[in-house]
Amino acid sequence: MADRLVIDPITRIEGHLRVEVEVQDGKVVDAYSSGTMVRLIEEIVKGRDPRDIWAFVGRVCGVCTTVHSLASVRSVENALGIKIPPNAELVRNLMFCTQYIHDHVVHFYHLHALDWVDIVSATKADPLKTSEIAESISNYPKSSPKYFADLQKRLNGFISSGQLGIFANGYWGHPAYKLPPEINLIGVAHYLDALEWQKEIVKVHAIFGGKNPHPNYLVGGMACAINVDEANAINAERLAMVGQLLRQAKDFVNQVYVPDVLAVAPHYFDWASIGGGLSNYLSYGDLPTNGYNDPSSFKFPRGAILNRDLSKVHEVDPTDPSQIQEYVKHSWYSYTEGDDKGKFPWDGETKMNFTGPEPPYDQLNVEDKYSWVKTPRWKGNPMEVGPLSRMLVGYALGKDEFTKAVDGALKYLGVPAEALFSTLGRTAARALETQLVANWALEFYDQLILNIKNGDERMANMELWEPESWPDLAKGVGTTEAPRGALAHWSVIKERKIENYQLIVPSTWNSSPRDAAGQRSAYEEALLNTPVENPEQPVEILRTIHSFDPCMACAVHLYDEKGEHVHNLNVF
Amino acid sequence: MMNIEVKTKKSRSVYDDAVEKGFNRRDFMKFCTTMAAFMGLSASGVTAVAKALEEKSRPAVIWMHFQECTCCSESFIRSSHPMVADLLLDNISLNYTETLQAPSGHAAEKSLHETMENHFGEYILLVEGSVPTGDMASCCCIGGKTAEQILNEVAEGAAAIVAWGSCASNGCVQAAKPNPTQATPIHKVIKNKTIIKVPGCPPIGEVMAGVIVHMLTFERLPELDSTGRPKAFYSRRVHDTCYRRPNYDAGLFVETFDDPNAKKGYCLYKVGCRGPVTYNACGVTRWNDGTSFPIQSGHGCIGCSEANYWDNGPFYSHLAEFPGFGIESNADKIGLAAAGITAAGLTAHAVITNIRKRKIIKEGVAEGKYGLEPKENESQEKTE
Repeated sequence: MADRLVIDPITRIEGHLRVEVEVQDGKVVDAYSSGTMVRLIEEIVKGRDPRDIWAFVGRVCGVCTTVHSLASVRSVENALGIKIPPNAELVRNLMFCTQYIHDHVVHFYHLHALDWVDIVSATKADPLKTSEIAESISNYPKSSPKYFADLQKRLNGFISSGQLGIFANGYWGHPAYKLPPEINLIGVAHYLDALEWQKEIVKVHAIFGGKNPHPNYLVGGMACAINVDEANAINAERLAMVGQLLRQAKDFVNQVYVPDVLAVAPHYFDWASIGGGLSNYLSYGDLPTNGYNDPSSFKFPRGAILNRDLSKVHEVDPTDPSQIQEYVKHSWYSYTEGDDKGKFPWDGETKMNFTGPEPPYDQLNVEDKYSWVKTPRWKGNPMEVGPLSRMLVGYALGKDEFTKAVDGALKYLGVPAEALFSTLGRTAARALETQLVANWALEFYDQLILNIKNGDERMANMELWEPESWPDLAKGVGTTEAPRGALAHWSVIKERKIENYQLIVPSTWNSSPRDAAGQRSAYEEALLNTPVENPEQPVEILRTIHSFDPCMACAVHLYDEKGEHVHNLNVF
Repeated sequence: MMNIEVKTKKSRSVYDDAVEKGFNRRDFMKFCTTMAAFMGLSASGVTAVAKALEEKSRPAVIWMHFQECTCCSESFIRSSHPMVADLLLDNISLNYTETLQAPSGHAAEKSLHETMENHFGEYILLVEGSVPTGDMASCCCIGGKTAEQILNEVAEGAAAIVAWGSCASNGCVQAAKPNPTQATPIHKVIKNKTIIKVPGCPPIGEVMAGVIVHMLTFERLPELDSTGRPKAFYSRRVHDTCYRRPNYDAGLFVETFDDPNAKKGYCLYKVGCRGPVTYNACGVTRWNDGTSFPIQSGHGCIGCSEANYWDNGPFYSHLAEFPGFGIESNADKIGLAAAGITAAGLTAHAVITNIRKRKIIKEGVAEGKYGLEPKENESQEKTE
């Protein structure tokens, strides 16, 4: 008989996630993932000015800030036929790259590392030996024995104070922690260094978008005018600061993040065969080099992989109703024609139908509906989205930068390509793509400088700004790759107002409950066969869940195509 | 297996911790000076800050997350001045925050309950996010309980309660019409205690740090305005502290984004800037270590620290009217000012704009300098 283990809240994520797993003989035999918070932002944007929507939906998430604003302005521009100037595309790319670098580093150190790094063990490290290891894997300057000795002293003082704060009741000493004390100490050092550094790179957002989190976007381009002869505009000083921040970020990724991932990985090779989950991968692609309307120019290519067959990449069209459907069989909504059919975002409907137990509750009824997250499918298939999917699509297409990065890492670690399909593979893919993005950011930066040098200072196209210039009915799709995976916003603009707006976000793909056919989504599938040494300290489950970098505020959203809100809460 | 418990003993002061971490007295005083400046204190206040941080032990802090996007947590970790991140992570005892804490599930709840029991009446409660209420209460559940149930329990033993950001202060985006989940700011759930509101989407990181340090230093709540916001950070309109204000006074406006006036950094009032009706520190403190703020980067303020700002749009329509010489106007009056599309607003502005600059404006308009059409009645003189 299997035991039900409930983990709620799952911490070190964005938002509210609950996982219930069946454990038998020390292994997960079944899993259920539930989003437990909903805000209905799509309902709120209806009837509003399409030019304002980026600000509303930007607030879907403050961790993956900017990505929803980007998808939104693209969706509206796509609907209205607005083409943005090349400089605006480049600035958006720089915002995108900044977000990736920041988000992936923060995810690794502040959200994921404590699943692998034992803070308490670091107190036993030899600072001299720690320094030798650090210097052998990187030329990062903060690697002297004294640096690590000081840090260790500080750590000892912290622990002996008895006030452990965010580290209290952690799973320290759990046998699943395998790193030697010295690498744990490096992990603690870089946890703090990354915390210090992360506030720097986001200044790129402040320069172009005025603030971070939630920088400003603009339908038609960007609001930050360029004028190299003006203190009140993007000028040489502002651009120099961007360049410096990007170069420092690249150094941090290459000297700290990537070497750390590669140093930790060999101690956890068992995790190269745990947590693989689904065998299908989806990427919309992003980072245009010839405009958003030319997906073939994207640095991250678009495509889908089925059954881990890397010899074929399937074409993806987010405007094709036969490709993408959302299901509500196990979500707290219901469809008029019954809950067994899927619906394309433009044609969807949502009626809330909370059938869960009355709070406070101990267990969800997983046979019925059990999540505020809907269940999207691509051609009927559950898909994983995120860094691993992006790297696999690029790798399968034989793109040079991708094959070099992936093959290089596999060779360095001495593992076969199958190791990619795992919790460890997902974590490594995130680090590798950060390296690519850090390089590309400097390419985009150089291109921006070149454009300005050549006299092109355009930053926004205002030709179709006034609503009088719009058609009575328009539909658009804006896609991007959020750090957590494929993201799309579908908009319908009628009589100059938002008639309908729908998002399918990365964590909806990954965290959703089962579909009508009973197929598990990515989290649930990936948790199967995960070992659970001690149900009171389920660090193994956190490893796999965190490898997806859950973002639950993003995942939960809904709308009603008729603009009517239906209260149907059975419990009360 | 080592399992470290939260202990209740009073531990060392912030200063002791700082010294142990290798910071010297000078670093420490520098930090105190910065924080004193942020709190709007004079030079003599620095000593008070320093003294308080030297003597006080680390108070227990609980950070709850309800209907939110986590932008407040993200902004908090952006707080930039030396030692702030270290102090706030290490020198308050942040015992519960779903975003950063190591344990999950039962072990995480253990941290919460231990703090609530062992520090009853002492802990600081920070709340990020709004609370769905009534028959929509199930729209936010943690550990099987609704946000409403949890907030009521955890607020009981709190010495101070802070509403982080616009979600907790006024409901923010999910409370915009039609507020389908009955998203409610926390002061409407917890009615018997003072709530310090730190609105903004998100608030500026240094402002968040400043509010906490104020409480650590003086062991009392910061002085609040009539709507519950700390006066130190919310007593000035963005408009009155905006470096582009002289353009407004001179009638120099951006007409549309990326036009020649935008490239000169003129006032963004006509493309919708909400600076005139928004109380926040953006113009003074700026964002991300003082790097910029929305207006400096060419986009109007959207008023994210004001209640109901989402329903005060559309964002790119300029405000109909507001007092022209506004520092003396209070938040309550301004809050009543409606936003909307009307040319009357601009005319009204022209009337109350500094009369002494009328000549300059007139000449500029006549030359087509600012993209403004010369008005037919421009010659009509107005007096104050």
